Amino acid sequence: MKGFITLPTTVAFVCGLIFGLGLSISGMVNPARVIGFLDVAGDWDMTLLLVMGGALAVTAVSFPLITRRSKPVLEQEFVLPTKTRIDKPLISGAILFGVGWGLAGLCPGPALTGLASLSPSLFLFVAAMVAGQLLATSLERS
Amino acid sequence: MEPDIIGGLGGGLLIGLASALMLLLIGRIAGISGILGGVVTGGSRAEFPWRLAFVAGLIGGGVLYRLLIGPLVITMQAEGPVLILAGLLVGFGTRIGSGCTSGHGVCGLARRSPRSLAATVLFIGVAALTVFITRHLLS
Repeated sequence: MKGFITLPTTVAFVCGLIFGLGLSISGMVNPARVIGFLDVAGDWDMTLLLVMGGALAVTAVSFPLITRRSKPVLEQEFVLPTKTRIDKPLISGAILFGVGWGLAGLCPGPALTGLASLSPSLFLFVAAMVAGQLLATSLERS
Repeated sequence: MEPDIIGGLGGGLLIGLASALMLLLIGRIAGISGILGGVVTGGSRAEFPWRLAFVAGLIGGGVLYRLLIGPLVITMQAEGPVLILAGLLVGFGTRIGSGCTSGHGVCGLARRSPRSLAATVLFIGVAALTVFITRHLLS
């Protein structure tokens, strides 16, 4: 544990807490709400749109201001995605993720925060999700 | 279900705040699939501690909600083989597609990334189509 509890890891933990609290308060941990949003031909529930709108209202304004700085407050540099091309992996990945999201109403954040409910179904989902990530990584490396 | 306007907007603001603080303080993107992927697939060693801490915090946020506010309402929409298939697709797809709802949807769109816009439009569209097929055409 020595060297693990640093200021940056504490910040990451607190940001995770705030993020998880946001997912819980917004009801996004509930797959029924997510399916309610995705089911445009059914009894449409716009809550997910409000969540994304609320989040984007903060990030869309603050991100450009933050990245204008030469470096973040506690680290030496910003670590940002470098890819710019809309390539095949991006497209096929987004499609496969979309199918999985539509089948269960769960994406990675709510699935992890939902583990706090101790629901066995969520542990099963997260285990399958991790297996999917490991499978993709082993394919990328081969 | 009736839309939860206050909870939705309030929760969304917290998610945006957490993402902004991550970028401002430690210069990292709050993309959950990538963070979890870095933890479980043995990515960069130097990045491991903050990623693990973020995942722990994410679960802790649910614990905090239960302690301070009330039970987490979770109504599963899939079980058994379908749930496992969904999990595999979400894990595999977000890994090769470089992100999920948080990384592409919240952070990538804020960075005006064309890749994230394409991914977000695509996964929301495909998810809605999947729901339409499974819940209206097949049932």
